[in-house]
Amino acid sequence: MSSLTAVDAANAAEAFQTRPRRLTPWRNPWRRPWFLSSITWLYIIWSLVPVAVAVQFSFNAGRSRSFWQGFSFRWYWQDPYSSLVSDKSLQLALRNSLVLGILTVLVSVPIGVLLALGLTRWRSKASAVSNGISLVPLVTPEIVLGSALFLVFTTLFTRIPLGMQAMLLGHVTFSISFILVIVRSRLLSIGPEYEMAARDLGATSIQALRTILVPLLMPAIVASAAITFAGSLDDFVVSSFLYGNAQAITVPIKLYSAARAAPTPALNALATVLLIGSTLALLVAYLVLRGRRKGGSEQALSALASFE
Amino acid sequence: MTQSKGGTGLAEAEPTPEQRPTLARDKKDPTFDRSTRRLWPILAAPGTIWLIVLFVVPFYGIFAVAFGQVDFLFNTPIPAWNPLHWQFTLFGEVLHASVDGPFSGVWRRTFGYVFVSLVVCVAVGYPVAYYVARLAGRRRGLLLALILAPWWINYITRMLGWMTILDEKHGYLNSFLEHLGVIDQGVNWLGGYPGVVVLGLVYGYLPFFIVPLYASLDRIDQRLLEASRDLGVGAARTFWHITLPLSRMGLITALVITALPMAGDYYTNQLLSGSPKTNMIGNTIYYYLAQGPQKNVGACLVIQLSLVLLVFMAYYLLLTQRASKEAGR
Repeated sequence: MSSLTAVDAANAAEAFQTRPRRLTPWRNPWRRPWFLSSITWLYIIWSLVPVAVAVQFSFNAGRSRSFWQGFSFRWYWQDPYSSLVSDKSLQLALRNSLVLGILTVLVSVPIGVLLALGLTRWRSKASAVSNGISLVPLVTPEIVLGSALFLVFTTLFTRIPLGMQAMLLGHVTFSISFILVIVRSRLLSIGPEYEMAARDLGATSIQALRTILVPLLMPAIVASAAITFAGSLDDFVVSSFLYGNAQAITVPIKLYSAARAAPTPALNALATVLLIGSTLALLVAYLVLRGRRKGGSEQALSALASFE
Repeated sequence: MTQSKGGTGLAEAEPTPEQRPTLARDKKDPTFDRSTRRLWPILAAPGTIWLIVLFVVPFYGIFAVAFGQVDFLFNTPIPAWNPLHWQFTLFGEVLHASVDGPFSGVWRRTFGYVFVSLVVCVAVGYPVAYYVARLAGRRRGLLLALILAPWWINYITRMLGWMTILDEKHGYLNSFLEHLGVIDQGVNWLGGYPGVVVLGLVYGYLPFFIVPLYASLDRIDQRLLEASRDLGVGAARTFWHITLPLSRMGLITALVITALPMAGDYYTNQLLSGSPKTNMIGNTIYYYLAQGPQKNVGACLVIQLSLVLLVFMAYYLLLTQRASKEAGR
């Protein structure tokens, strides 16, 4: 290895002496990386064009989802029978998704935040077990979680029928772990000092928690609520195992089941509304996570992808 | 507690070093205080109980159904919750069918699709992650946002776009190819092409591949690469000897994160092909569980899929542990 680099260094020195100005493009480390940059931009275009096409056809004037016949709002509200406003089944899906998203946030965020607080400070063998149980759902394939919940609701917890209740329980289950990760990373960055200061000044542990820690954690709590909402809106796999019947259909299930059947561009309009909903939720999460810190935008983006 | 109110002098406001540890560490530190120590398990309890009831028990339920009995009258599974009553005959039969029987084709197809998709993911995803992490300069924030966008756009919506593009009659791809004169009449791309399914899988999961890889490439110290180039090593050899080994963990994480959902996928091929010729193991599982009568066959297949994926997971955990040990040294 060292002999190789020595030879290369000699070659480089020679090259430098004989050709001081002219570096071949391959040898020049400061050349513009046009090859990599074009791959990247091609990839980005490729990754977003199908989404743009799906949105474009929600404005199609004709019935086709592949033949463009001009721009209109027909499938949003103008069509008297099958637009988003007049088709009951589309509205049912939209309402179910919204209700499910809101309920999932209301149930899972308190549980997840308390779990994060507890697991960060609690040190014992039991806490290690609890920590393990809380992180395994993050690496469990969705099909395994979905089929496990499906089997347990159809054989053991038979009092809970498949439908909205079962879906709510399922969505909360996969949301708790995400909330735990987001809130805990914020909690670790805060450190125990503020809380200790509050205790030194006479606050009880619950007072310190309520008046010091929870306000400091607020950005993480709001962001995890928004991410949970978006995650529930977008979930397909767990819902597909647990929705049971057409009354409890959600938007992704409706999109999936209607896509190959007899679709009109109203389906694309539904997808577009879903896209707007989850984008708004994530925008909230992004803005809250970014805060006023310098260079916070990249951290906020990476937190949204939850790979920290 | 009264100290804060009592208008104490300056001398008391700054405790001597002997006093401070007793005040801060032993009594008031939230982790060591006796009354608070009981608080943390109470806070963690609801979440832990929730996950035991709705994650651990259901997971165990898969085994109970797979190794349990079937009610012959209604054809519904009777789960065996007591492991002493477990019977492994059905599991053995299903395993035999998977290795060398009616399910073997669908397993082979699943692994084939996942493997080809992962190869394409590496070929496309690595350059993209590398460019955004190391070379994008001031456009980095914008590029990162654009790369993350598909992460949060609904999977089915993204597939709807492809269904429009690949449509037989008026789809953009057929129109384009007809315009070029490559084909005379529309190809029914959505009629069971394995290539289209692989395209869908790559398209669907590539964002999940790029992001962890980006994170690990982002962490590489620029000075290492500069040092290598300063010593006269070429770009290709610098990449091979410095960048690639340093991004190895990110690459493996990316592969695992992408392979897990891909192996269990059952909706991409339904949307983009709909033909039984392109069915994957996820379709078989979903069929037996949600539609078919033999839920215990489905449960056996879920266990087999989990076992296969567990091997990857264990390998991955082993590598991360070794990496964190090396970092700790």
